[in-house]
Amino acid sequence: MESRYSFVRKDIVNEQPPPLTQAGLTGWLWRNLFSSMTNFTSLTASFQSILMVFLTFWLVYFCGGLLYSVIDFAILSAVWSDPDGVKRQVCATVKQGGELPADWYGACWPFIFAKKKFLIYGRIPTEELWRANLVYAGLVLGMGYIIWEKGQGRKWVGLIMLTIFPVASLILLTGANFEINNQLFIWTGVLFAIVFILGFLSSRNYLGEIFEQFSILFNFISLILLSFFILLLLFSIDYGLAPIDTLDWGGLLLTLLIAITGIVASLPFGILLALGRRSDMPIARVLCTMFIEFWRGIPLITVLFAASVLIPLFLPAGADVDKLLRAVIGIILFSSAYMAEVIRGGLQAIPRGQYESASAVGLSYSQSMRFIILPQALTHVLPGIVNTFIGLFKDTTLVSIIGIFEVMGIFRSASQDANWGSHVQHATSYLVAAIVFFVFCFGMSRYSMYIEDKLSRENK
Amino acid sequence: MNASQAEKANNISKMKVSDEIVIEISNMNKWFGHFHVLRDIDLVVNKGERIVICGPSGSGKSTLIRCINRLEEHQKGIIKVDDVELNDDVKKIDKIRSEVGMVFQSFNLFPHLSALENCTLAPIWVRKMPKKDAEELAMKYLEIVKIPEQALKYPGQLSGGQQQRVAIARALCMEPKIMLFDEPTSALDPEMIKEVLDTMIELAEDGMTMIVVTHEMGFASKVANRVIFMDEGQIIEQNSPKEFFNNPKSDRTKLFLSQIIDH
Repeated sequence: MESRYSFVRKDIVNEQPPPLTQAGLTGWLWRNLFSSMTNFTSLTASFQSILMVFLTFWLVYFCGGLLYSVIDFAILSAVWSDPDGVKRQVCATVKQGGELPADWYGACWPFIFAKKKFLIYGRIPTEELWRANLVYAGLVLGMGYIIWEKGQGRKWVGLIMLTIFPVASLILLTGANFEINNQLFIWTGVLFAIVFILGFLSSRNYLGEIFEQFSILFNFISLILLSFFILLLLFSIDYGLAPIDTLDWGGLLLTLLIAITGIVASLPFGILLALGRRSDMPIARVLCTMFIEFWRGIPLITVLFAASVLIPLFLPAGADVDKLLRAVIGIILFSSAYMAEVIRGGLQAIPRGQYESASAVGLSYSQSMRFIILPQALTHVLPGIVNTFIGLFKDTTLVSIIGIFEVMGIFRSASQDANWGSHVQHATSYLVAAIVFFVFCFGMSRYSMYIEDKLSRENK
Repeated sequence: MNASQAEKANNISKMKVSDEIVIEISNMNKWFGHFHVLRDIDLVVNKGERIVICGPSGSGKSTLIRCINRLEEHQKGIIKVDDVELNDDVKKIDKIRSEVGMVFQSFNLFPHLSALENCTLAPIWVRKMPKKDAEELAMKYLEIVKIPEQALKYPGQLSGGQQQRVAIARALCMEPKIMLFDEPTSALDPEMIKEVLDTMIELAEDGMTMIVVTHEMGFASKVANRVIFMDEGQIIEQNSPKEFFNNPKSDRTKLFLSQIIDH
């Protein structure tokens, strides 16, 4: 007997396209724009819809207007060339002695073109620019190769970029041939020999149990001393390059130099500080905590002033440390403290079971950190790390206040140039500075998002 | 436990235990702050023994086996593993840990490494084995735990039972002399418990020295050669499983057994 609910389908329903409000461009517009302003079923809903219509139009009008004024300033109304070489007058209105209408307001690009060399290299003499160009080329090629995922041996290129490249760049940019005190050479050499022999003997267990535990530390210190010795040697050689004062470096070259040095150095220091702060050893913990809290507690401007004004007062006469070097060290210490706290957050997110199972299979502390804990912790806090990098990149602008001319400093000094004095000089400078910083920071941000995405895909 | 398991288990319980001592714990005490977790523990484990430790939660059974590979530090008494006394010497601890495998309740696999990499990591870096040999070894043990086809998957892609078997393989790759199991099936669904217990029974058949903290009384009665009952940080009773389950001596043991058998 047939039940009340029995049913057999006779005609098969074919696949049909979705309604216009669902798919494609119309669907997108419907979901994101019109769905909120087409409900007129009740008084309140109609009121809301009308409000949304006004709000949408106003936003479009406002943003469009803003965008138009920027485009108008930078492109449409801008002055692009100075064929007669009149400098100031090319961007001046009739009243100011030029030919432009009285209400003209636009970018003065000839001014930027004229300052191009200054913006990219600072005050490096023109005949020595090839040295800076080599550094730029090495940087672009090296970084490009590391980012290019199909490249063979990216690890080795990375290693070269972290070791040989910075040394070669500094030699190129300074000209090396420094006069280095012989005593410094001798002392470094002697110290290296002592520590190296200590490390060798203790790792072979000639000096007893207590020394054996420190053999890694000895080896580490002797490696640092050896690198220092080699560096001293390399920088004392005469390569036939004309010397360039570090205070003549400037512009983008200097911004990149400070930012990249800070970024590359603050990550390992930050990791060490974070591990130290979570260490079981009270001395390490207290020292790292004090270090972090000290550097986090003072503003970067203070650090830079101290580096440029205070430290020379404490150094013995004659022992002059380069002003730029002092500033860079200050920035590294400062950002390491921030980095340490970001990484500590990642370490705390790792469950205790990971530490335990790493120990249980017999991995030593450094092995479990290297293979188990840090890869996971750093992945967790990648957004925070890149955030710190971007912050650091922008903080480099502060060094201009102690007379080091990175991008902002160059712009500030360029816009004081009376030869180009006009009412748009500052606005043009700041627009270009904003574009330069935005390109680098946005690039870092996108690249980190790509890496995050890649890592999360790999682990699923 | 099903018929085939029971049959295997029956054979295991008849296996001989050697006279060689692998773990010797005497008069061991441990405190967490003011809390006296382990009190006067004396325990000698011979090679090839299968010991099950049971007891109510908070009785210190996990802490006891975690002391054996120094995941927890004891404050008084002596623990000797393979004739090496456990103290603050980091080198000794690392050596003992490489000879004592451990399986955790929550698996604790390394989520950023594949099953195979989980297994090869310690052989490569602790045993200094070439990568190829380590991978062969890992595949051998992944086959023993019956999941060679999952070798390239990440822990997040595996079921609980599969994860726990990878964890067992990871511990076995160090070719340990002793295996410690800390409630290996407590976080698993009933069907997955079986696959993990099967693996453990096979290990027992191969003569592995095992100390297992578990609530699986079926496993205890058929595989163990000795059952230890703990309460309030002390060993209350230890006996062969037959005697322990059929003829418990202490009132505390009787109460515990009556409570778990009620369900």
